[in-house]
Amino acid sequence: MGGRVTRGGSLFPGLRRHFSRHKYLYIMIAPVLVYYLVFQYAPMFGLQIAFKDYRPSMGILGSPWVGFKHFTGFFSSYYFTRILRNTLLVSLYDILFGFPAPIILALVLNNLRGARFKRIVQTVTYLPHFVSTVIICGLMVDFLARSGWVNALLGSLFGLEPVAFLQEPGWFRTIFVGSGIWQELGWGSIIYLSALSAINEEYYEAARIDGASRWQQLVSITLPCIMSTVVIMLILRMGRVMNVSAEKVLLLYTPNTYETADVISTFVYRKGMLESNYGYATAVGLFNAVINFTFLVLVNRLSRKVSDNSLW
Amino acid sequence: MKARKRGDFRSTGERAFDYAMIALLCILVVTTLYPFLYALFASFSDGGELMRHRGLLFRPLGFSLEAYEKVFQNAMILKGYRNTILYLLCGTTVNVVLTAFGAYVLSRKSFPPRNVMMLFITFTMFFNGGLIPTFLVVRGVGLYDHFLAMVLPTAVNTWNLIIMRTSMQEIPESLEESARIDGANDFVILFRIILPVAQATLAVMILFYAVGHWNSWFNAMIYLRDRQRFPIQLILREILISNSTDAMTTGLPTDTSAIIGDAIKYSTMIVATVPVLIIYPMLQKYFVKGVMVGSIKG
Repeated sequence: MGGRVTRGGSLFPGLRRHFSRHKYLYIMIAPVLVYYLVFQYAPMFGLQIAFKDYRPSMGILGSPWVGFKHFTGFFSSYYFTRILRNTLLVSLYDILFGFPAPIILALVLNNLRGARFKRIVQTVTYLPHFVSTVIICGLMVDFLARSGWVNALLGSLFGLEPVAFLQEPGWFRTIFVGSGIWQELGWGSIIYLSALSAINEEYYEAARIDGASRWQQLVSITLPCIMSTVVIMLILRMGRVMNVSAEKVLLLYTPNTYETADVISTFVYRKGMLESNYGYATAVGLFNAVINFTFLVLVNRLSRKVSDNSLW
Repeated sequence: MKARKRGDFRSTGERAFDYAMIALLCILVVTTLYPFLYALFASFSDGGELMRHRGLLFRPLGFSLEAYEKVFQNAMILKGYRNTILYLLCGTTVNVVLTAFGAYVLSRKSFPPRNVMMLFITFTMFFNGGLIPTFLVVRGVGLYDHFLAMVLPTAVNTWNLIIMRTSMQEIPESLEESARIDGANDFVILFRIILPVAQATLAVMILFYAVGHWNSWFNAMIYLRDRQRFPIQLILREILISNSTDAMTTGLPTDTSAIIGDAIKYSTMIVATVPVLIIYPMLQKYFVKGVMVGSIKG
């Protein structure tokens, strides 16, 4: 008992010594932690309005609880299957085509002999990543219009009738995913190029001496060496499987294409920001976030078991 | 085989494959560049000719600077430009200072609470409140329609913080030892020793944050109401997506405004993109320092 008291007594000076020794570190980290508290954790606390009938006059805490009303309302609504299907399909197509694309580009660039040509290709393919979504979508709206050059080109080459691409529900996913790959292909290849450049050149020399073809070198040296990077990137990508960002969809969709284009995030935006249906929109957002988080944890666990690669 | 260089051990089949790859890359370069070239050509084109034209452009149709004159005379666009520059300067300063502070503290191995703090921060990458609760908080702390709404809600980007921290962890501790013995405090060590050593990463972070502010429009759309505060991208959205150059051509006879509309759109795009295009190739060789390699543990 006595020992405990003395230890308890020295705890305070110990803490004080800790603070005074790390005084400057605490001064530096304080604004960072405040940022996370106010703009990240306070909104998490605000998620409770998903279970409330939020009234601005009563505030987040004062609004009455309604249980799962918003959730059951959402699950039984016509929109539930539509936005879930659209979100998953867009995401799935993007993983299927958009995930391997930068890896392939990195492999091709890595095999190039001319350093100058390689640099030019890189500079050019990075470009769309730096151009704003507003401008990219503005160009798309113009180019894909009935009177745009895409239709003119298709008409003169194949004699096709002009199509108002962005007004056609059937075209939305192709255009959305395709333009996304076009925009991020080069940028996405950077991480793989850096993994490729870290491979020890001696592996390849040894393989060449043994008479391995370039295909064999690719399969038995290059791919295994970049596999851990690929897996980590895939885990991160899977964790965003239900996150189709609202920004680009908002710029490209029209009421004509809602049927295939409306995703969870845009639905949340319309319900919350335009219709001020805060509780309902938050419930939809929370549903989305919980599924994403669960998915990320599962994929991470699976990958740790199967391949020894994991985020944490 | 005269052309074969020394050290070139490729077989004919392999060489054919290589040329095919180069051809594919050339196609990729053209498809990436062409949309921007089209915009460039269209922006210098004569409005009337552009409107009658269908199909690809390989040079400006006629030559006219009228669209650019209209853009630079337009009060909304100039205001938007000014607002964006203000948000960019304030925002990037706050971003970089906080990111450097956070990264420095979290890279100190002798600072016991760093693991808890790291968990506190990284958790937000995988779970967060989402659009509506964040909006309510921003409004709740009085930032609605305030210029700080363009600065504070995005004050730290967790990815960038972790990348910066990783690069600081790689700096050998011996570098700061002598400074410590001389009694330098953490601020001195951060600004005099760590940041100069990590300057490549720092440069890439500044670029990422600055481009992010330059291109951002969504937060402005939800947090700002007063059009006088709109950044350039939000103005652009009205012009490009909602297709209203009306605001810019008012005062002109109607037929003239329709004719010049398209050229104005493209010249506005060019004006809003050129600053970014000038800067990013300069930092290209450092980009690799700005992407995360491997996992976030540690």
